[in-house]
Amino acid sequence: MNLSNLSVGLSTYLLVGAMLFCLGLYGVFAKRNIIAILMSIELMLNAVNINFVAFNRFIWNQKIDVHYLLTGHVAALFVIVVAAAEVAVGLALVITIYRNRQTTNVDEFNWLKW
Amino acid sequence: MIGTVVFFIFAIMAIAAAWGVVTSKNIVHSALYLVLSFIGVAVLYVLMNADYLAAVQLLIYTGAVSIMIVFAVMLTLRGEVSESNPENRHWGWGALVAFLVFVVMGLVILTNGDWRILAAPWTSGGSAEDLSYLLLQRFMIPFEAAAILLTVALAGAVILAKGVKESK
Repeated sequence: MNLSNLSVGLSTYLLVGAMLFCLGLYGVFAKRNIIAILMSIELMLNAVNINFVAFNRFIWNQKIDVHYLLTGHVAALFVIVVAAAEVAVGLALVITIYRNRQTTNVDEFNWLKW
Repeated sequence: MIGTVVFFIFAIMAIAAAWGVVTSKNIVHSALYLVLSFIGVAVLYVLMNADYLAAVQLLIYTGAVSIMIVFAVMLTLRGEVSESNPENRHWGWGALVAFLVFVVMGLVILTNGDWRILAAPWTSGGSAEDLSYLLLQRFMIPFEAAAILLTVALAGAVILAKGVKESK
Protein backbone atom coordinates (compact mmCIF):
# COMPACT_ATOMS: atom_id res chain seq x y z
CA MET A 1 0.00 0.00 0.00
CA ASN A 2 1.72 3.17 -1.09
CA LEU A 3 1.37 6.39 0.77
CA SER A 4 -0.62 8.26 -1.85
CA ASN A 5 -3.51 5.86 -1.20
CA LEU A 6 -3.53 7.12 2.36
CA SER A 7 -5.46 10.28 1.59
CA VAL A 8 -8.76 10.62 3.35
CA GLY A 9 -11.19 8.26 1.70
CA LEU A 10 -13.96 5.96 2.76
CA SER A 11 -11.69 3.20 4.05
CA THR A 12 -9.72 5.62 6.24
CA TYR A 13 -12.90 6.75 7.96
CA LEU A 14 -14.02 3.14 8.32
CA LEU A 15 -10.68 2.23 9.92
CA VAL A 16 -11.05 5.07 12.44
CA GLY A 17 -14.55 3.80 13.23
CA ALA A 18 -13.27 0.24 13.61
CA MET A 19 -10.52 1.35 16.01
CA LEU A 20 -12.95 3.31 18.18
CA PHE A 21 -15.39 0.39 18.16
CA CYS A 22 -12.75 -2.13 19.24
CA LEU A 23 -11.47 0.12 22.02
CA GLY A 24 -15.05 0.40 23.28
CA LEU A 25 -15.44 -3.38 22.99
CA TYR A 26 -12.30 -3.89 25.07
CA GLY A 27 -13.66 -1.47 27.69
CA VAL A 28 -16.95 -3.37 27.93
CA PHE A 29 -15.11 -6.67 28.40
CA ALA A 30 -12.34 -5.51 30.72
CA LYS A 31 -13.67 -2.81 33.01
CA ARG A 32 -15.02 -3.43 36.48
CA ASN A 33 -16.74 -0.11 37.15
CA ILE A 34 -20.18 0.08 35.54
CA ILE A 35 -19.78 3.78 34.68
CA ALA A 36 -16.63 2.91 32.71
CA ILE A 37 -18.68 0.30 30.84
CA LEU A 38 -21.31 2.93 29.99
CA MET A 39 -18.52 5.21 28.70
CA SER A 40 -17.23 2.38 26.49
CA ILE A 41 -20.73 1.88 25.08
CA GLU A 42 -20.79 5.57 24.16
CA LEU A 43 -17.48 5.10 22.31
CA MET A 44 -18.97 2.21 20.31
CA LEU A 45 -22.06 4.26 19.40
CA ASN A 46 -19.79 7.07 18.20
CA ALA A 47 -17.92 4.64 15.96
CA VAL A 48 -21.20 3.49 14.42
CA ASN A 49 -22.16 7.12 13.77
CA ILE A 50 -18.86 7.75 11.98
CA ASN A 51 -19.61 4.78 9.72
CA PHE A 52 -23.13 6.03 8.92
CA VAL A 53 -21.93 9.50 7.98
CA ALA A 54 -18.93 8.20 6.00
CA PHE A 55 -21.04 5.82 3.92
CA ASN A 56 -23.54 8.60 3.30
CA ARG A 57 -20.77 10.95 2.22
CA PHE A 58 -18.87 8.67 -0.11
CA ILE A 59 -21.19 6.17 -1.74
CA TRP A 60 -24.62 7.81 -1.90
CA ASN A 61 -25.48 8.39 -5.51
CA GLN A 62 -27.19 11.74 -5.81
CA LYS A 63 -28.45 11.08 -9.31
CA ILE A 64 -30.48 8.02 -8.35
CA ASP A 65 -32.49 9.46 -5.49
CA VAL A 66 -32.10 13.08 -4.58
CA HIS A 67 -34.81 13.10 -1.92
CA TYR A 68 -33.14 10.69 0.47
CA LEU A 69 -29.70 12.24 0.16
CA LEU A 70 -29.07 12.64 3.88
CA THR A 71 -30.52 9.36 5.17
CA GLY A 72 -27.22 8.45 6.83
CA HIS A 73 -27.30 11.69 8.78
CA VAL A 74 -30.85 10.94 9.93
CA ALA A 75 -29.79 7.46 11.09
CA ALA A 76 -26.88 8.95 13.02
CA LEU A 77 -29.23 11.49 14.60
CA PHE A 78 -31.56 8.72 15.81
CA VAL A 79 -28.56 6.84 17.22
CA ILE A 80 -27.62 9.98 19.17
CA VAL A 81 -31.20 10.27 20.52
CA VAL A 82 -31.24 6.64 21.63
CA ALA A 83 -27.79 7.02 23.20
CA ALA A 84 -28.96 10.02 25.21
CA ALA A 85 -32.00 8.10 26.48
CA GLU A 86 -29.81 5.07 27.24
CA VAL A 87 -27.28 7.04 29.26
CA ALA A 88 -30.03 8.80 31.24
CA VAL A 89 -31.74 5.55 32.24
CA GLY A 90 -28.43 3.74 32.73
CA LEU A 91 -27.03 6.34 35.10
CA ALA A 92 -30.31 6.45 37.04
CA LEU A 93 -30.01 2.67 37.47
CA VAL A 94 -26.38 3.02 38.57
CA ILE A 95 -27.30 5.59 41.22
CA THR A 96 -30.21 3.46 42.48
CA ILE A 97 -28.02 0.36 42.73
CA TYR A 98 -25.31 2.37 44.46
CA ARG A 99 -27.84 3.64 46.97
CA ASN A 100 -28.96 0.12 47.81
CA ARG A 101 -25.63 -1.74 47.65
CA GLN A 102 -22.87 0.90 48.01
CA THR A 103 -20.99 -0.48 45.02
CA THR A 104 -20.49 0.16 41.29
CA ASN A 105 -18.52 -3.02 40.69
CA VAL A 106 -20.23 -5.25 38.13
CA ASP A 107 -18.71 -8.38 39.71
CA GLU A 108 -20.91 -7.74 42.75
CA PHE A 109 -24.11 -7.24 40.73
CA ASN A 110 -24.98 -10.91 41.17
CA TRP A 111 -27.90 -11.07 43.54
CA LEU A 112 -30.25 -12.28 40.80
CA LYS A 113 -28.04 -15.37 40.50
CA TRP A 114 -28.97 -18.49 42.48
CA MET B 1 -3.98 19.50 1.44
CA ILE B 2 -5.14 21.00 4.70
CA GLY B 3 -8.18 18.73 5.06
CA THR B 4 -5.96 15.65 5.22
CA VAL B 5 -3.75 17.18 7.91
CA VAL B 6 -6.76 18.21 10.00
CA PHE B 7 -8.28 14.76 9.54
CA PHE B 8 -5.20 12.93 10.78
CA ILE B 9 -4.67 15.28 13.74
CA PHE B 10 -8.22 14.87 15.02
CA ALA B 11 -8.62 11.19 14.12
CA ILE B 12 -5.44 10.36 16.06
CA MET B 13 -6.67 12.58 18.89
CA ALA B 14 -10.02 10.77 19.03
CA ILE B 15 -8.39 7.32 19.01
CA ALA B 16 -5.72 8.24 21.56
CA ALA B 17 -8.39 9.70 23.85
CA ALA B 18 -10.46 6.52 23.48
CA TRP B 19 -7.34 4.54 24.44
CA GLY B 20 -7.07 6.77 27.50
CA VAL B 21 -10.71 6.10 28.39
CA VAL B 22 -10.24 2.34 28.52
CA THR B 23 -6.76 2.26 30.09
CA SER B 24 -6.87 5.07 32.66
CA LYS B 25 -6.83 3.94 36.27
CA ASN B 26 -8.63 7.06 37.47
CA ILE B 27 -12.26 7.20 36.39
CA VAL B 28 -12.37 11.00 36.45
CA HIS B 29 -9.53 11.02 33.91
CA SER B 30 -11.51 8.48 31.85
CA ALA B 31 -14.50 10.85 31.77
CA LEU B 32 -12.31 13.77 30.65
CA TYR B 33 -10.65 11.66 27.93
CA LEU B 34 -14.15 10.74 26.77
CA VAL B 35 -14.91 14.45 26.22
CA LEU B 36 -11.74 14.77 24.13
CA SER B 37 -12.74 11.76 22.03
CA PHE B 38 -16.20 13.25 21.39
CA ILE B 39 -14.63 16.53 20.24
CA GLY B 40 -12.37 14.67 17.79
CA VAL B 41 -15.37 12.83 16.34
CA ALA B 42 -17.23 16.15 15.96
CA VAL B 43 -14.35 17.53 13.87
CA LEU B 44 -14.52 14.40 11.69
CA TYR B 45 -18.22 15.17 11.10
CA VAL B 46 -17.29 18.68 9.95
CA LEU B 47 -14.79 17.18 7.49
CA MET B 48 -17.56 14.94 6.11
CA ASN B 49 -19.91 17.89 5.42
CA ALA B 50 -22.15 17.00 8.35
CA ASP B 51 -22.30 20.44 9.95
CA TYR B 52 -25.56 19.91 11.80
CA LEU B 53 -24.46 16.55 13.18
CA ALA B 54 -21.21 18.12 14.40
CA ALA B 55 -23.20 20.75 16.29
CA VAL B 56 -25.49 18.08 17.74
CA GLN B 57 -22.46 15.99 18.74
CA LEU B 58 -20.91 18.94 20.56
CA LEU B 59 -24.16 19.90 22.30
CA ILE B 60 -25.46 16.48 23.30
CA TYR B 61 -22.31 14.38 23.76
CA THR B 62 -19.66 16.79 24.98
CA GLY B 63 -22.24 18.98 26.68
CA ALA B 64 -24.97 16.85 28.21
CA VAL B 65 -23.84 13.22 28.26
CA SER B 66 -20.37 13.91 29.63
CA ILE B 67 -21.77 16.19 32.36
CA MET B 68 -24.17 13.44 33.40
CA ILE B 69 -21.36 10.89 33.46
CA VAL B 70 -19.19 13.19 35.59
CA PHE B 71 -22.12 13.70 37.98
CA ALA B 72 -22.65 9.95 38.28
CA VAL B 73 -18.92 9.45 38.90
CA MET B 74 -18.93 12.05 41.65
CA LEU B 75 -22.07 10.61 43.26
CA THR B 76 -20.78 7.04 43.33
CA LEU B 77 -17.11 7.57 44.12
CA ARG B 78 -15.80 5.79 47.18
CA GLY B 79 -12.34 4.72 48.25
CA GLU B 80 -9.14 5.93 46.62
CA VAL B 81 -9.80 7.88 43.41
CA SER B 82 -6.53 6.84 41.77
CA GLU B 83 -7.67 3.18 41.89
CA SER B 84 -11.30 3.83 40.94
CA ASN B 85 -11.29 2.21 37.50
CA PRO B 86 -9.70 -1.24 37.73
CA GLU B 87 -9.71 -4.05 35.18
CA ASN B 88 -11.42 -7.29 36.04
CA ARG B 89 -9.76 -10.71 36.05
CA HIS B 90 -10.49 -11.51 32.41
CA TRP B 91 -9.17 -8.34 30.78
CA GLY B 92 -6.67 -10.36 28.75
CA TRP B 93 -9.45 -12.27 27.04
CA GLY B 94 -11.26 -9.01 26.40
CA ALA B 95 -8.17 -7.52 24.79
CA LEU B 96 -7.70 -10.63 22.66
CA VAL B 97 -11.32 -10.66 21.43
CA ALA B 98 -11.32 -6.91 20.71
CA PHE B 99 -8.02 -7.19 18.81
CA LEU B 100 -9.29 -10.12 16.74
CA VAL B 101 -12.49 -8.23 15.90
CA PHE B 102 -10.38 -5.28 14.83
CA VAL B 103 -8.18 -7.49 12.63
CA VAL B 104 -11.25 -8.97 10.92
CA MET B 105 -12.82 -5.56 10.35
CA GLY B 106 -9.54 -4.11 9.05
CA LEU B 107 -9.08 -7.01 6.63
CA VAL B 108 -12.61 -6.58 5.30
CA ILE B 109 -12.17 -2.81 4.91
CA LEU B 110 -8.76 -3.00 3.22
CA THR B 111 -9.42 -5.94 0.89
CA ASN B 112 -12.93 -5.07 -0.29
CA GLY B 113 -12.54 -3.50 -3.72
CA ASP B 114 -16.24 -3.10 -4.40
CA TRP B 115 -17.23 -0.05 -2.39
CA ARG B 116 -18.67 1.75 -5.46
CA ILE B 117 -17.26 5.04 -4.32
CA LEU B 118 -18.50 8.02 -6.29
CA ALA B 119 -15.96 9.67 -8.54
CA ALA B 120 -16.66 13.01 -6.91
CA PRO B 121 -18.36 12.95 -3.52
CA TRP B 122 -21.23 15.40 -3.30
CA THR B 123 -20.51 18.51 -1.30
CA SER B 124 -23.96 20.03 -0.70
CA GLY B 125 -26.31 19.19 2.15
CA GLY B 126 -25.67 18.52 5.78
CA SER B 127 -27.11 21.76 7.10
CA ALA B 128 -30.02 21.94 9.53
CA GLU B 129 -32.33 23.05 6.72
CA ASP B 130 -31.60 20.05 4.49
CA LEU B 131 -31.93 17.67 7.40
CA SER B 132 -35.20 19.20 8.62
CA TYR B 133 -36.92 18.41 5.29
CA LEU B 134 -36.12 14.75 5.78
CA LEU B 135 -36.94 14.69 9.48
CA LEU B 136 -40.27 16.47 9.23
CA GLN B 137 -41.54 14.91 5.99
CA ARG B 138 -40.21 11.49 5.13
CA PHE B 139 -39.08 10.37 8.57
CA MET B 140 -41.86 12.06 10.52
CA ILE B 141 -43.16 8.95 12.32
CA PRO B 142 -39.70 7.87 13.60
CA PHE B 143 -39.07 11.49 14.58
CA GLU B 144 -42.21 11.59 16.73
CA ALA B 145 -41.37 8.17 18.14
CA ALA B 146 -37.97 9.52 19.15
CA ALA B 147 -39.69 12.41 20.91
CA ILE B 148 -41.88 9.94 22.84
CA LEU B 149 -38.80 7.84 23.65
CA LEU B 150 -37.00 10.86 25.11
CA THR B 151 -40.03 11.81 27.22
CA VAL B 152 -40.43 8.28 28.54
CA ALA B 153 -36.70 8.03 29.27
CA LEU B 154 -36.83 11.33 31.16
CA ALA B 155 -39.76 10.21 33.31
CA GLY B 156 -38.22 6.76 33.80
CA ALA B 157 -34.86 8.18 34.87
CA VAL B 158 -36.51 10.47 37.41
CA ILE B 159 -38.64 7.65 38.82
CA LEU B 160 -35.66 5.26 38.96
CA ALA B 161 -33.37 7.72 40.70
CA LYS B 162 -35.91 9.32 43.04
CA GLY B 163 -38.31 6.49 43.74
CA VAL B 164 -42.11 6.52 43.72
CA LYS B 165 -44.12 7.42 46.78
CA GLU B 166 -46.33 4.52 47.81
CA SER B 167 -50.02 5.34 47.35
CA LYS B 168 -52.18 4.89 50.41
